[in-house]
Amino acid sequence: MIQPTRSPLAERICRLAERVGEARIMEVCGTHTVSLFRSGVKSLMPAGVRLISGPGCPVCVTSQGYIDAACEIAGRPDVTVCTYGDMVRVPGATGSLERRRAEGGRIVVVYSARDAVRHAREHPDRQVVFLAVGFETTAPASAAAVMEAHAQGLDNFTLLMGHKLVMPALNAILSAGDVPLDGFLLPGHVSVVIGMEPYRPIVERFGKPCVVAGFEAEQLLAAIAHLLEQIADGRPRLENAYGVAVRPEGNPAARACIAEVFEPADTVWRAMGTIPVSGLALRPPYRRFDALKRFGLAIGPDYDPPGCKCGEVIQGKAVPTDCGLFASRCTPATPIGPCMVSSEGTCAAWYKYGHTNA
Amino acid sequence: MSDPNDQIVLAHGGGGELTQRLIAERFLPRLGNPLLDPLGDSALLELPPGRLAFTTDSHVVQPIEFPGGDIGRLAVCGTVNDLAVMGAVPRALSLAVILEEGLPLSLLDRVIDSIAAAASEAGVNIVTGDTKVVEHQRGDGLIITTAGVGELRGGVRLDLGRVAPGDAVIVTGRIAEHGLAVMCAREGLGLQTQLRSDVAPVNGLIDRLYAAGVDLKFMRDPTRGGLAGVLADLCQATRMTVCVEERAIPMTGIARHTAELLGLDPLLVANEGKVVVVVPPEDADRALAACREHPLGKHAAVVGHVLEAQPPLVELVTRSGGRRLVQRPYGEELPRIC
Repeated sequence: MIQPTRSPLAERICRLAERVGEARIMEVCGTHTVSLFRSGVKSLMPAGVRLISGPGCPVCVTSQGYIDAACEIAGRPDVTVCTYGDMVRVPGATGSLERRRAEGGRIVVVYSARDAVRHAREHPDRQVVFLAVGFETTAPASAAAVMEAHAQGLDNFTLLMGHKLVMPALNAILSAGDVPLDGFLLPGHVSVVIGMEPYRPIVERFGKPCVVAGFEAEQLLAAIAHLLEQIADGRPRLENAYGVAVRPEGNPAARACIAEVFEPADTVWRAMGTIPVSGLALRPPYRRFDALKRFGLAIGPDYDPPGCKCGEVIQGKAVPTDCGLFASRCTPATPIGPCMVSSEGTCAAWYKYGHTNA
Repeated sequence: MSDPNDQIVLAHGGGGELTQRLIAERFLPRLGNPLLDPLGDSALLELPPGRLAFTTDSHVVQPIEFPGGDIGRLAVCGTVNDLAVMGAVPRALSLAVILEEGLPLSLLDRVIDSIAAAASEAGVNIVTGDTKVVEHQRGDGLIITTAGVGELRGGVRLDLGRVAPGDAVIVTGRIAEHGLAVMCAREGLGLQTQLRSDVAPVNGLIDRLYAAGVDLKFMRDPTRGGLAGVLADLCQATRMTVCVEERAIPMTGIARHTAELLGLDPLLVANEGKVVVVVPPEDADRALAACREHPLGKHAAVVGHVLEAQPPLVELVTRSGGRRLVQRPYGEELPRIC
């Protein structure tokens, strides 16, 4: 009954697909994963063009050990945990933060790290712990929060550090070489902060086409068309198809903020293990804001919930339907792994927009 | 320390003189009518013979006042609309208010004013009520429960069993405005937009549809769960596919871009003054014309159709010409991290 008018870019992608045959493109960013589904762009891809989700959902790449530490802290009577909403329902070994909240734990959903600082200031009788997760997009806000707490001399505010850096993870995936990839749809928001240059090794060392993309349907289609052109020409380049937001040099002020408060550190990624200098730690002048130190805790080992393939999904090694739990035991209402919980998770996106049981 | 006379204290709920004064000085002057004024233990209604619709709804919202409305307007419209979409004409409402100690009386006055205005807009009276007071931090400021009875009009044939392939799905106005306006008004989001809640009684709009003789097969107000939730209900109950076209869904650019910014799907965002209607294809134009005669229906549009295709799905044809599924949300949708 409804005759869709296909975007001219979709037509161009089809013609390019005929030239390249097969193309496997990794979209790195979780918001891209969701936008590709929500805008219908994924459904417009010709058979040969496969979009593979990468390690770009902040909650999904967070190790189970981190989740367990967050739940442990949230169970303490004098502690309020401030967190982005996506973290609340991720199941840990002994339940989620949502469970802790039902048991009487104080969990406050915030939209920015600065809100957590304000919460600490307004509740001097409680220890306020902010779950500092996310990539270079949320790290500047965490850094600004620490600077604010430092300036105000707050001694009831700490961060549970879980920040991750995008490039080291892509490097790890490319170096492992077990996921065949022909190009990268690079994250728009992260690039606003880090700029273009950090991606150059993907082109120069690994010879893979790279295009930074925006989030609207036409922007995504344009970026995919650019990638296919590069693949067809056999000349990998680093392109910016999101020039309205991403400057080549990124946002130096935001990076300075990160560098003032944090330093690069090894960190554990879900299922990918410890990746060297792929995370952020508090620099010595700010270490008193480290929740692990304040509570004498350590992040426990990472593990996958039994049967859960989230670890493979975030590396592009599996798609959600490869997982025996997907859409049967693991659904948005009863999530087992983080990729089904997060609004940016690959499994949640497949379930909500793609899977075929009403 | 503020003057305790300016705010709710526990004694307002004690059943003594303060309770009486609260009702006599704040509620009755604004809401009074011959059924409410005697303050009996029950209101005695005289209704014609026939079937009654009876519904109840509790309301909590933060902030209590938001652009375009407040909890009082929400409480009246929520119950009026639940009656109206069943084909009933709202006849009487109850109002139960749980006040938290410390609630400013000026805020309470504004909310009662707003209840009065919404009830008058809907053409219905508050005929019975109750107030209770709970201790500080035990009541979210203000909680309102309303119940309502309505008279089922003759000739109502709302029946999911009559929904057939080819039927048109109509949305009576621009979607997602209530949920987005409330979210933007919440402390901490730091977003200033021109978005206003659409909260309004839709019974007048539905009256127009019946007056125009439209064969209404299904109606529901897309509140929590948004348009997606209603379409999922429709699909699940009829075991038929519902195909909707993104371009046809009425939505302002501001709403669309705000949702985008927050990482929310506007189809999942709550509305409080809209109706989703299913009519036979030959009645679609008449239904649209009837809607557009009413101020709340100016942007009414056919957004999609019911199809025989199996398995039953809610499918969206996107602006870019792609397709995707639409599912009901799990719980509350939250703004994304980055």
